[in-house]
Formats: sequence, C-alpha cells, structure tokens
Amino acid sequence: MKTESRLEKVLAAGHLAVTSECGPPRGTNFDEVVRKSKYLEGIVDAVNVTDNQTAMVRMSSLAASIIIKQQGLNPLFQVTCRDRNRLAMQADILGAYAFGIDTMLCLSGDHTKFGDHPMAMNVHDIDSIQMIQMVKDMRDKGLFQGGADIKGPPKMFIGAAANPFADPFELRVMRLAKKIAAGADFIQTQCIFNVDKFEKWMEGVREKGLHKKCYILAGVTPCKSLGAARYMANRVPGMDVPQEIVDRMASVPKEKQAEEGLTICVETIERLKKIEGVAGFHIMAIEWEEKVEEICERAGLLPRPQV
Amino acid sequence: MITAERKPLEELIEYIKPFKRILLLGCNECVTVCAAGGRKEVGLLASGLQMAMLKNGSNIEIRQHTLERQCDPEYVEELVPMIDSADAVMSMACGCGVQQVAMRFKDKPVFPAVNTTFMGASERQGVWAERCQGCGNCLLGLTGGICPIARCAKQLMNGPCGGSTGGKCEISNDVDCAWQLIWDRLKALGLQDRYLDIIPAKDWRSGGGSGPRKIIREDLAE
Repeated sequence: MKTESRLEKVLAAGHLAVTSECGPPRGTNFDEVVRKSKYLEGIVDAVNVTDNQTAMVRMSSLAASIIIKQQGLNPLFQVTCRDRNRLAMQADILGAYAFGIDTMLCLSGDHTKFGDHPMAMNVHDIDSIQMIQMVKDMRDKGLFQGGADIKGPPKMFIGAAANPFADPFELRVMRLAKKIAAGADFIQTQCIFNVDKFEKWMEGVREKGLHKKCYILAGVTPCKSLGAARYMANRVPGMDVPQEIVDRMASVPKEKQAEEGLTICVETIERLKKIEGVAGFHIMAIEWEEKVEEICERAGLLPRPQV
Repeated sequence: MITAERKPLEELIEYIKPFKRILLLGCNECVTVCAAGGRKEVGLLASGLQMAMLKNGSNIEIRQHTLERQCDPEYVEELVPMIDSADAVMSMACGCGVQQVAMRFKDKPVFPAVNTTFMGASERQGVWAERCQGCGNCLLGLTGGICPIARCAKQLMNGPCGGSTGGKCEISNDVDCAWQLIWDRLKALGLQDRYLDIIPAKDWRSGGGSGPRKIIREDLAE
C-alpha cells in the first residue's frame, strides 16, 4: 500500500469501489456541505470535492474537503491546473494532508470561458500530467517540485481523469498510459452513456495491460430529465450521449423521467460491471446527491465493504 | 510577426484632445505587414482624427511620419528634427516602438494608437493567428512543429484535454485543437511513440517568470 487512503484499501482488496461527488456551495454555507455529504455517508468510499467546477467560483475544494473529512467521510480532493500555480497547489496539498486528506484528483480544469469569470487569466503553470508527477515525487521522494525536502511528505493516493469519448480517440489509450507513467494510481472516467465506445476504449486499455497498472473507476451520471440529457448531448464538450438515451428519456412522461434516468444509470453500471478492468464506479449525481444511495442499492453496490 | 489592431477612434481622440500639434508615427515592420500601423494606416488615421476633431470644433495639426523600425534607436533618432514642433506623439507601432519613442523623448507625451496583440502568422489574406508566446525554451522539436503553449487554450504540454471534439478546441469551433494538430503531424512523420514521452514541468524563468527578459550578446554588445 502506498497510502492510508480508504479508496486504495477498498481497491487493493479487490472490491468494486464507489465514489461520488459533492460540489461546494456558491457561498459560505458550512451546513450545506454537511447536508450534501450526509447523503453519501456509508454509501461511497470517497467523495470527490470539485474545484471551482465549470470555472464558477465556489467554496474552495480544500475547505469543503476539510468539512467533509470532519463529518467522518473520505474526501477526494480535486485540484485543477487552471487556478493555481505549482506553489499554491503544493501548499494546498500539504494543508489537505495535515487534515488527514489522503486522496486526490489531478485535473486540467474547465476553461474559464465557460464560467462566471471569463475575464480571468488561466494559470496552467503545469499541466495535469506534470501535477501527477509532482504529487508522486512529493509522496515517494519527499521532495517539492523545486527539489527541496518536505518535512513530513503528504502520502496522497493519486487520481487522474480520462475521457474515452474525446478526440482524437486513437490517442485516448496512450494518454491514459502517459498518466499512469506519470504516477496515477487510479482513474475516474468521464460520464459513460455510450457503453459500446467505452468497451472499445477498454479493449485498448487491456491490450496494453494498463488496467493492471492502475484502477479504473467508470464514471456514470443519472439524467434528471430529458432536458438534462439533451444538454449533455449537445452542450458539454467531450460528452457522448447517444441518441437512443435521449429518445428513451423522451419516451416517458415528464414526471417519470427522473425515474427513467436512474434506471438507465443502474443498467449502465450493470453493463460496466461485466467489462474486465473496471475496478469501480464514480457516480456523478450533480445536485442530486440524495439519489446516490438508491443507485448503489439497485446496482448491488451496498453495503460498502469494511476495510 | 508582432500583430496589432488599431484602437477605437474615440479612445485616441481622448488622448490627443488637450494637444494641438500631433506627430503621428507609423512603423514599416510588423504593423505594416498586419495592416495596423504602416504608412497607409498612418494616412487613414490622420484624416480620421482630423475630421473627428473638426466635428468637435477643434483644429489640430497632424504631421505624419513612418519609421523604418520604431523599436530601433537608430531609426528613432530620425525624429529629432521634427519632435520640437509637436505637442504630443501618437505611435502606431507595437508596444516596443511606443516605448522606444517615449524613452528617447522624455518630455514628450507618447500615446499608443494600436493594441499590440500577439506573435503570429498569416493564415490567409487578412487573417492572422497566434503561433508563439516567446516562452524562451522552444518545444516545437518535441511537438511536431506545433506549439501547445501558444495554441492550446490550456497550455497542455502532454496531450489533449477531455474537451477536444472533431479536431476543435472546447472553447470555440473556430479554434483548432492544438493536440489534434500535433497528433496528426506526429502520425504523418511516423513519430507516434514520441507522444508517450512526458514533457516535464516547464521552467518559466525563460518565459518571463523571473521578470523582464533581456538578451545580451557579448560578441555584439558595445
């Protein structure tokens, strides 16, 4: 074991891991973080805490991660390259670890163009792969990126993202290989609606034996409504929502759409379970955290293993 | 080349309002090529300013002059005989030219007439696009001759983000995904494996991270 991370323990023991996410509030409400996290208590192995997602200012992922940690859950601290240079990233990682946060996700970050501060400068001092390298060296060599020794290195279980649906497709397995070579211990994928395409990507992953070098958590999202399905299909860069999913959401009356969305999500998990190399699931129920328990229950992912 | 775009006339009028005699300067280098501040644009702006000022009921005198290279002190020296007869200078050169003139004539107000934009290349007639950010440590040899620093919206040095779709960047359908271009080039060159080499975190000291940069060539410096 490289770390004390509960997520690592669950994965190392061979269980299908489950993670979900909690978006910090657009304000200072401590209780809102607590309220959202309570829906996930005992339901998931780690809670992703997003970092100014969609480039909208929110409570910092570090602060919200600490709140969630204090509730007894395991936060998965997300850090993007968009808002911080390497000094700020390392400082936050030290702070996170000092609070017992031992699991993180290294991301490029959505472009500021999509958020509420399109006039802001994107930092991108380092990229996500360079961040993975930096966090690995902090953990394994006890060194800052600048080369100096760290007093009490942070032992982070290092995650990265993969999007099998973005272009160029043929590069996507190689990009994963590169993230693993940099030091990624686990991967959370973009939301999977097009399972056929995901299977094709996983074939490439297995051909290179990458599923044996790192844990791959398949990302899923329940559609709340037909509108949400259409939005993801048409508006979110790098998302692949096949027409049949949109049609299926459209085939039921409005009041039944949420239910249909949950059913599609559960069916997707069932299909993904059969794919060799899938080590768990990352359930992104955006502003719908209260449904994660139901999804996990119906997908046979509860109770969570004791490790 | 260094590209630039002319500032709006209203902004320029605000600058020169308090003055009667303006020396309007062009530059025969980059801003001429990108049609922002060469001899022709100097002529057009001079009549534009004159007409606008006349409309406001004030008569200004504009002397036009275009230097061979405004960022070069040797050429700026040419202005000595004409500077005293001007109350203010308006320069259509890039920011380097404006500063060179301001530095040489310390008691003369100097105003920029263009917004200096980026280092770029001409894509076709009338279209210029950013190609270089002057990072001081060129990566083009590793990335198939396409710069991820200048051309990827996230400056990603190790591959495309999850927003690349159909060869386009997530920020706009008008922007090519730099990594799609790099990948296509690496394939065409049979160098796909090169993609797997991790480009390490960049030392930005060469790219302005350590403050204003200077090149001193001992063999040439006087």
